[in-house]
Amino acid sequence: MVMKKKRKNISYAKWGYIFILPFFVSFFIFSCIPLVDTIKYSFFEYYRSGIKEVGPNFIGLTNYIELIKSDMVLYGANTLILWIIGFVPQIVIALVLAAWFTDARLKIKGLQFFKVVIYLPNLIMASAFALLFFTMFSTGGPINSILLSLGVIDKAIDFTGSVFGVRSLIGFMNFLMWFGNTTIMLMAAVMGISVEVFEASDIDGCNRIQRFFYVTLPQIRPILAYTLITSIIGGLQMFDVPQILTNGKGSPDRTSMTLIMFLNNHLKSKNYGMGGALSVYLFIISGILCAIVYKMTNDDDPDGSKAAAKARKKEQRKNRRAK
Amino acid sequence: MKSKTKNRLMSIFVHLVLILLAFMCLFFFYVLVVNCTHSHADLQKGFSFLPGKDFLTNLDSVANDGTFPMFRGILNSLVVSGSCAAICTYFSALTAYGLYAYDFKIKKVAFTFIMAILVMPTQVTAMGFLRLITKMGLYDSLLPLILPSIASPAVFYFMYSYLESSLPLSLVEAARIDGSGEFFTFNRIVLPIMKPAIAVQAIFTFVGSWNNYFVPALVIQSKNKMTVPILIAALRGADYMTFDMGKIYMMIAVAIVPIIIVYLLLSKYIIAGVTLGGVKG
Repeated sequence: MVMKKKRKNISYAKWGYIFILPFFVSFFIFSCIPLVDTIKYSFFEYYRSGIKEVGPNFIGLTNYIELIKSDMVLYGANTLILWIIGFVPQIVIALVLAAWFTDARLKIKGLQFFKVVIYLPNLIMASAFALLFFTMFSTGGPINSILLSLGVIDKAIDFTGSVFGVRSLIGFMNFLMWFGNTTIMLMAAVMGISVEVFEASDIDGCNRIQRFFYVTLPQIRPILAYTLITSIIGGLQMFDVPQILTNGKGSPDRTSMTLIMFLNNHLKSKNYGMGGALSVYLFIISGILCAIVYKMTNDDDPDGSKAAAKARKKEQRKNRRAK
Repeated sequence: MKSKTKNRLMSIFVHLVLILLAFMCLFFFYVLVVNCTHSHADLQKGFSFLPGKDFLTNLDSVANDGTFPMFRGILNSLVVSGSCAAICTYFSALTAYGLYAYDFKIKKVAFTFIMAILVMPTQVTAMGFLRLITKMGLYDSLLPLILPSIASPAVFYFMYSYLESSLPLSLVEAARIDGSGEFFTFNRIVLPIMKPAIAVQAIFTFVGSWNNYFVPALVIQSKNKMTVPILIAALRGADYMTFDMGKIYMMIAVAIVPIIIVYLLLSKYIIAGVTLGGVKG
């Protein structure tokens, strides 16, 4: 009896602290300290020219003002353009595919095969993919070779030499790498819509296009918004593909230089003051985006994926029972 | 009758589009695989759709290249990605279990905090991170690529959702009554239950770390510590259009193909895991 009473009084709270400790220690050391350090030096004149180190001297907001005056805005615009070129076809194709994949009447053969194939580029090392594209689209590369032998063109195209060419290539790569992922996310959302809604729309004489615009789209709006925001965050971090494709130069004439490539240049040249200020700008933008994502993930099931999982489980249970 | 033919036409159209998209996704890998079996002289003649006979020659010249130690790079990448996958999934599961199974004061605050940093890009702290690890004497070593993965909010979130759906707290209670210590309970009872979630997240963490380029490129200096993406970048930086192109294709192939093979083997689990979180581009 005594033993039992004692056991009941044991508080397990300390184990909670112990178990979450490694996460927070690691986060504090590798994220918080660096963040504070980054913010601190953004107010300092602190860079290296040759082997001489200048600073750190406190200069207030000078770095921030200089950045605004520099090409940062231009690079921001580049990043936005590159992101849009990749995102628009990605979301359009993904929406269409998600609608098709979940439409039983289409009787798509090899659905699993197509899912596996369209998701494949997402796992490829972006840097190796960019190098592959650079090699393939070079003037002596396979693409030009094929186009020439087909007679489509009579002179090799210099894809990586023009603004249009480079931006299209980067956009195309981003599209290729992410449309499969988006399709699968949206599919889960569509499958989360209750079957009754679709049945009702069928009885009311909805055709496929009406159903897509008036039933499917409004129902998956939350996950569409989620996809949009996370994609903007990903786009803000765009680096590997343009960096490797243009060898870090953002060529031609820095028209494909992204914000993170700009940051990378500052970090490589140990330009701590400017790099810090640029990081803080990026931090503020991502902070706002994070807040939006946070709001979405904490509203009741905004992305619909949980609902989809639940619905699927329910369905399975039902089927099992029916058998 | 009319709607039936319409449906059939639609179905044919859908399949054509799907085949076109699948072609787009696979074509580049096909070119890569074919080209890495050709010698430089063959490649100069123009593109051929059929594989050549120089696969082993190219592989051999990649293996023996001192300037771009690709196989050493693969080894480094394996060490980094493998360790990342292991410690990231273990500690994320531990954190998730800590917040799920115990009641303590800061529980809510801790959870909210992790959710708030869920999609925070690592690049914004890269500068301070670089300075910190230089001060710690970890510059140009593999450790700073591994240790930060202990705190992975997205993996934590996945694990937490999984625990919510599949670990009844009564099980933990039962283990306690049987005299199991808390760590023992976690390692021997909770971890096995979480196996599916751990497997999925281990794959994603591994791939993410394998493909990671930004941070390693800042941290690693010496050639024998370079991971695959840095070597790829170094290759691009060199005036490589004058190199043996067969070898170049082979280098890209050895960087990409291992992941493709793993993916094809595990595609079912990977695709099922996609819908649950993660930042995209």
